[in-house]
Amino acid sequence: METKILTKYVDDPNQVKIDTFMERDGYKAWKKVLTEMTPDQVIDEVKKSGIRGRGGAGFPAGMKWSFIPKNSPKPRYLVCNADESEPGTCKDRVLMENDPHSIIEGMAIASFAINCHLAFIYIRGEFALCAKRMEAAMEEARQKGILGKNIFGTGYDLDMIVHTGGGAYICGEETGLLNSLEGERGNARIRPPFPAIEGLYACPTIVNNVETLACVPHVINNGAEWYSAMGTEKSKGTKMFSLSGHIKNPGNYEVLLGTPLSVLINDLGGGMLDGHKLKAIIPGGSSTPFLLPDQIDTPLDYESIAAAGSMLGSGAVIVISDKTCMVWVLERLIHFYRHESCGLCTPCREGTGWLEQMISRIERGEGKPGDLEKIEDVCGNILGRTVCPLGDAAVMPIQSALKLFRDEWAYHIEHGKCMVKTQFEFK
Amino acid sequence: MILNEKSVAEIKARMARYPSKKSVILPALTVAYRQAGHLNDNLYHEISEITGIPSVDIAAAATFYTMFPKHEVGKYLIQVCHNISCALLGADSLIEYLESKLGIKKGETTEDKVFTLISVECLGSCTTAPMMQINDEYYENLTREKVDKILEELRNKA
Repeated sequence: METKILTKYVDDPNQVKIDTFMERDGYKAWKKVLTEMTPDQVIDEVKKSGIRGRGGAGFPAGMKWSFIPKNSPKPRYLVCNADESEPGTCKDRVLMENDPHSIIEGMAIASFAINCHLAFIYIRGEFALCAKRMEAAMEEARQKGILGKNIFGTGYDLDMIVHTGGGAYICGEETGLLNSLEGERGNARIRPPFPAIEGLYACPTIVNNVETLACVPHVINNGAEWYSAMGTEKSKGTKMFSLSGHIKNPGNYEVLLGTPLSVLINDLGGGMLDGHKLKAIIPGGSSTPFLLPDQIDTPLDYESIAAAGSMLGSGAVIVISDKTCMVWVLERLIHFYRHESCGLCTPCREGTGWLEQMISRIERGEGKPGDLEKIEDVCGNILGRTVCPLGDAAVMPIQSALKLFRDEWAYHIEHGKCMVKTQFEFK
Repeated sequence: MILNEKSVAEIKARMARYPSKKSVILPALTVAYRQAGHLNDNLYHEISEITGIPSVDIAAAATFYTMFPKHEVGKYLIQVCHNISCALLGADSLIEYLESKLGIKKGETTEDKVFTLISVECLGSCTTAPMMQINDEYYENLTREKVDKILEELRNKA
């Protein structure tokens, strides 16, 4: 039921070694693009494959690369976004820890496509093991002449830097990431200019997610037709899903896009924990609106999840049982967004604080009549009024929970306690 | 001087690789925090002297990032994830358990300065909840039994 393309070898501890990786066709695609292809051919192939950004936005990767100006005299940069910090998401970590060379190969091919000679991978600071594995893999690649000067005798130079962050969700947003990489506070930047025109050090820059880049060598090796034959009409290929919450077999699973959510939750995930019934599903990371149990057959692809009222996002599926108070869930989430708001835009900086105060008050049993309307009003004044999507991300799950579970909120305010008492003890 | 030779050398080597030296700020803060356990003004000044970057820029960046403690912490900094996936599997009771085992409240350090306990936002370990990070290590799929063992081992090493 899994289709393991990116994750085929992640359970083999030898895969981190360059020799093992190369025995399994590793760096074959890198050699092919350097010796047989032009940058435009690479971009065309990736465009035809239909790969879309796996970090959350789902933007077509090949199209993004084609936005780099052809005649700019400035250096160009590729940045791999490995900040992986959307709550519920831990898929990129699997690739970095267990198959680091596959990411380096994807980064190398993308670099060639945009004529970049220095690429970066920005890894969240807590992922010390990922950074260690990526640095070790890059060093191995340099020793073998796969990175460095005059690679494969083609005259092409490419080096890479592992850059580690400091624990800030906003740095997963591409402009916050670029500021952070430049040594600034990780505030988001106003767009335009988009990074493809003025990104890192004000030079043309492409920022791609780890999983997106890891797909690229497979497209080059097997062809765009092979890749685009997988998945649905508009959502091509496979996707890694991080399945967490009240589920028997939590884990990271790679499935074809378009696979029903029920297959992920019930077949791969083994269904709900004993004694628990499904209450709600967060399908794409904590910023995405909730789905209900009767939507469990929704196909996991960008269009179907959108039609169901949510977003595929980063592919973090969080499963919530009927023994959970939704006000408590939202208190947890808004605390996170308030903590992570960078403070640049007033609606997000102030609004997330007000939302946390009101939601905490309701959760404590001190809610007042009119609170829900006020929360909705504040949400409406954040949505779409900030420089980056963090404000929207904070608001979307709240609006969704107010719509889908309004009786629980009302009960909380009226009775000063949960309709469903949340009680989860660790064993 | 708080930073030792090895840290200074690492900061210089990393700085040399970037097109703009200011990019070394986060890596330098990481090196400093790993050596000293926490960051403070003295370290910002030292990094400034090593790199030639004004210390105000270093402090500005450092204070944005919550991963670096800005005051002294115990030898082992226990960071429990209390975000949604871990919370759904009992992160709150994990924190309470640690509080009772260590005899401190969240945010405090044990008297012998061995352990500091704090809660943090999502650490990207959602499929192995509940979990905690102690210094650079992740401890996942935690149970009471595992926590007992981890604390005992660390206390013996301290």
